[in-house]
Amino acid sequence: MTDHIVSKKTYALIFATLLVLTGVTTAIGYVDLGRMNVVVALAIAAFKGVLVVLFFMHLAYSRRLTQLTIVAAFLWLSLLIALTLADIWSRGWIVGTGK
Amino acid sequence: MVTATQATRENYLNVNYGVKSWLLTEDHKRIALMYLVAITFFFFLGGAFATLIRLELLTPQGDLVSSHTYNKLFTLHGIIMVFLFLIPAIPATLGNFLVPIMLGAKDLAFPKINLASWYVFMIGGLFTMYAMLAGGLDTGWTFYTPLSTAYSNGYVVTTGVGIFIIGFSSIMTGLNFIVTIHRMRAPGLTWFRLPLFIWSMYATSLIMVLGTPVLAVTILLLAVERLFGLGIFDPNRGGDPVLFQHLFWFYSHPAVYIMVLPAMGVVSELVCAFSRKKVFGYNFIAFSSVAIAVLGFLVWGHHLFVAGQSVYAGMIFSFLSFMVAIPSAVKVFNWTATLYRGSISYQTPMLYAFGFIGLFTIGGLTGLFLATLGLDIHVTDTYFIVAHFHYIMVGGTLMAYLGGMHYWWPKMTGRMYPEGWSKLSALIVFLGFNLTFFPQFILGYLGMPRRYHAYPEEFQVLNVMSSAGASVLAVGYLLPMVYFIWSLRYGKVAPDNPWGASGLEWQTTSPPPPENFETTPVITREPYIFDPPVPEEVKVG
Amino acid sequence: MASGTRTLALRHQFASAEQQKDASTLGMWIFLVTEIMFFGGMFCMYTVYRSLYATAFGAGSNHLDVTLGAVSTVVLIASSFTMALAVNSAETGNRRALITNLIITILLAAGFLVTEMWEWYQLHQEHLMPGSGFRFEGPDPGHVQIFFSMYFSMTGLHASHVLIGIGLLTVTAIRAARGTFPAGYSTPIEIAGLYWHFVDLVWIFLFPLYYLVARHAAHG
Repeated sequence: MTDHIVSKKTYALIFATLLVLTGVTTAIGYVDLGRMNVVVALAIAAFKGVLVVLFFMHLAYSRRLTQLTIVAAFLWLSLLIALTLADIWSRGWIVGTGK
Repeated sequence: MVTATQATRENYLNVNYGVKSWLLTEDHKRIALMYLVAITFFFFLGGAFATLIRLELLTPQGDLVSSHTYNKLFTLHGIIMVFLFLIPAIPATLGNFLVPIMLGAKDLAFPKINLASWYVFMIGGLFTMYAMLAGGLDTGWTFYTPLSTAYSNGYVVTTGVGIFIIGFSSIMTGLNFIVTIHRMRAPGLTWFRLPLFIWSMYATSLIMVLGTPVLAVTILLLAVERLFGLGIFDPNRGGDPVLFQHLFWFYSHPAVYIMVLPAMGVVSELVCAFSRKKVFGYNFIAFSSVAIAVLGFLVWGHHLFVAGQSVYAGMIFSFLSFMVAIPSAVKVFNWTATLYRGSISYQTPMLYAFGFIGLFTIGGLTGLFLATLGLDIHVTDTYFIVAHFHYIMVGGTLMAYLGGMHYWWPKMTGRMYPEGWSKLSALIVFLGFNLTFFPQFILGYLGMPRRYHAYPEEFQVLNVMSSAGASVLAVGYLLPMVYFIWSLRYGKVAPDNPWGASGLEWQTTSPPPPENFETTPVITREPYIFDPPVPEEVKVG
Repeated sequence: MASGTRTLALRHQFASAEQQKDASTLGMWIFLVTEIMFFGGMFCMYTVYRSLYATAFGAGSNHLDVTLGAVSTVVLIASSFTMALAVNSAETGNRRALITNLIITILLAAGFLVTEMWEWYQLHQEHLMPGSGFRFEGPDPGHVQIFFSMYFSMTGLHASHVLIGIGLLTVTAIRAARGTFPAGYSTPIEIAGLYWHFVDLVWIFLFPLYYLVARHAAHG
């Protein structure tokens, strides 16, 4: 871990950004974007999450191994979700008919 | 050469005495022994349930116990053997003992967490035993919903809590190993100079850390649904019982690699030591451990082929299951190539290693049969499956565990076990094992279902063979209990390196001092270099 | 040994203070990996059920109080901010600021829990707690019950983590007040902070996934 001390100003900036994004995501929730609603909501949440992880949790200043560790965790979670959905979404399909 | 002073030199066993010095120890070697005692107890408890199962199956009628009791027998056999024996066996005993020593470190990164993991394990074990004594569980070790959530009258929640707690012990061990291996290697010990046992413990720890939490949350949800009537697995409200199976097997398939990877690590060490030869294809074996850990997470759907999973998902999982066999096969090829032109000696640890290679190969090949969608439909939920996984877990993991125990026993205790008795036991185990489980392949192929306490007349002969084999196997397991304990008092005092093997653990005393080494070792070369044996070091078996 | 004394000596298994700090930090990150997979199992279930029962999830979501949800989110993000400030105080050797920031974080966390309990109480009064008392007038009550099962399971698990976090931060604050940490030694606060930020991170995802499913449909 480097001895880099993140300034209070940086923290305040990130905090303000997170508040703004919270407002944005709430407001957009009232707009009907069809299927894009969940995509936008997740994108904003992911961006907020990245800010927390990189700056509040100092991942941007951490060793390579630490960064790899968190990437691995999210990758594993996405494997769980992806392969489970592969089953759920293809349940109704009938082999050989192309449906 | 063993001198009188060596036997009384300060080591981790005699540095202090008293129950408190053990129960409050932070020494990874003592914690390893405490785990050893615990898992041995649980092994024999699980074995007791197996005995009752095989007794019932001597006759085609369900005449020893009722079907309800039989359900509890195989459930408890599975739960105890999987969670309280197989998963911790090699990592928590041999791993805890050897990982710091093989790294040239004084202890693991977090000794207090290590001690806590043992207490957590014991508490989880006690919960499970309480559930067992209070009346047991009949859902199978797999806890499938909606039986477990809505219909079972057994102690689902209590057992679930026990397993939830045991899971944390696993996570703590894995976390400790990963940090220790990354951050506490001795000077000069680069990744590709590590013993293969360490690579396999590392891969195992990755699985423990990534998989166990999913089991924990699944059991938590199961308990909450059962207690509060939630409905997430209730088909009447739109819940999907197959979703439970997805989440359960996401952990439980990688769990079998938690059981087998450490065993493979042990076998790598044994094969090199007893053929006195550098391992063939070190990099391939090292990478194959990590590959098994990674690929092992992608195949869980092969447990759901007939559960209602979509055929398309089934095809994906089938393909991935074929892939995961490849790194395992790589290991078997490389061990065989290591043996070629080696200077092989047939001491007990090596006998167990040979047993592993043969039996694991059979178990693994039958796994390929099961990965084949069409064939699996025919043999799923039959004794073919039971035989398959027992070949790997008993013929594989348990054999490697025994081989490792014999190999490192002199290091851990400073005593030699009696070689004649140990060879006899190994032979009895091998014969008993095959007599018990080979007939089960045939039974399964002929259609005998698993988890049934009664069966058609025509299956009796094979079942009697299997039960007979089990009694032989029991003898094979009891003998080491006797002679290992005997050796603590009467066994020959062991030298630092009775096998003439290479590896940091053999550079220190038997047993090691509390901080493992007199001075921190510096590593300058790759592992498995065998100098010509010195006469005092080599024990001719 | 070092435990129980007023200074944090180098533990015997480590070769240097830097190695000890590296190991402790990596250890906490790996613990967070297990937490990601722990919550992740529930996120997986949520994903499956939302994809199957999107309308029912929307209907259920609109029974949640979005104002309370948004306020909770702001409170928790603020607590993350004050936690980061606490770490900064520890790094710069400012003990008073460290303790103050920790106390504010704890208070904000407690505030979050109070808001949460209030929300749960409201839902209970509306008979939306899953189980035998559940009543929903509208289509697909079974699927809506699943929404609320997931809601209570995930927010409940999250709340238990907030509670544990409050305990952890309280212990840290007490140790700081006792002078256990030498000036500039920030590792224990950083590690507590990692845990706390993770708790915030989970809620950052829970809020839109539960409160903002179909707000546009709630109008009119």
